[in-house]
Amino acid sequence: MTDCVECGAEVSLHDDLEVGEIIDCTTCGAELEVVDTEPPVLERAPELEEDWGE
Amino acid sequence: MTLQVGLLYSRIRKDEKLLLTELRERDHEVTKIDVRKQTFDIAAAPAAFDGLDIVVDRCLATSRSLYATQFFETYGIPVVNSHETAAICADKVQNSLALEKAGVPTPATKVAFTKETAMDAIEEFGYPCVLKPVVGSWGRLMAKIDSESAAEAILEHKATLGHYEHKVFYVQEFVEKPGRDIRVLATDGEPIAAMVRSSDHWITNAAKGAETDAFDLDDEALALVRKASDAVGGGLLGIDLMETGDSYTVHEVNHTVEFKALDDAVETDIAATVVDWLEGKAQAAADELEVTV
Repeated sequence: MTDCVECGAEVSLHDDLEVGEIIDCTTCGAELEVVDTEPPVLERAPELEEDWGE
Repeated sequence: MTLQVGLLYSRIRKDEKLLLTELRERDHEVTKIDVRKQTFDIAAAPAAFDGLDIVVDRCLATSRSLYATQFFETYGIPVVNSHETAAICADKVQNSLALEKAGVPTPATKVAFTKETAMDAIEEFGYPCVLKPVVGSWGRLMAKIDSESAAEAILEHKATLGHYEHKVFYVQEFVEKPGRDIRVLATDGEPIAAMVRSSDHWITNAAKGAETDAFDLDDEALALVRKASDAVGGGLLGIDLMETGDSYTVHEVNHTVEFKALDDAVETDIAATVVDWLEGKAQAAADELEVTV
């Protein structure tokens, strides 16, 4: 568990967390980026850019 | 053979997690390279890249992917996909030109650089036709143009509000597909798996919520996948086909292909098959280096 940087609600995290992964806050819907795993640290994920995709 | 694999990324999606898990389970050493935190020197490779046998480009941003692949090739580090493939696939104009040149059936397309000539192209196709951004993905900013007034409005908006790339007007015939298109994941033209993406909407991207289901490719589709892959320089590709009644048309080839939707739709272990291919590419690159030395 860690806190959402947007709304402060608790965010549950799964075991195989990866740096760079995006987690959705189930309370406020914010997209949060995992920037560290030990201990877990979340930041607000970057906004979608126009040239993103596959 | 234990490999040192660089995974170039800016966001770890389910696709990257599947690859990371498979690579680690096979005891390959993985170096995650966050492209946002990396600098690239034109004269020498950063120390962080020492010992890498192969790099997998999984950049979300097309612009970063194009530069980064070129740097890795400059440093003599094998990268998939190649810069050549990335450069063709990243731009819909290049993509269409390559398919047409290779004789791969692809929707009729015209490019114009002003609103006036774009309008001429639209009128030549008639309504409906399609206007797409030359760079972009996930079905974003695609416009099905149903009337002259809609065309005028869309062209005006693109010319006035858009980035300069939106002033390259990519106009395409509207293909009457049967409510679905086909996504094939292939490595150097060899299909790993395929699925149909179905939707009531004219855009059938999985990213737009299309339903997916496994699809068996017939001989004609298999041949087109090989040909389309060759046309863009090969690699790990997402090749998109539409059914046209008695045949197919290839509308796009994607170079940093997402496969999570396909992984859910088919029985094939996608990540394992991709890693099998990566191991082969790394081995081939090592063999080539040995011969050169």
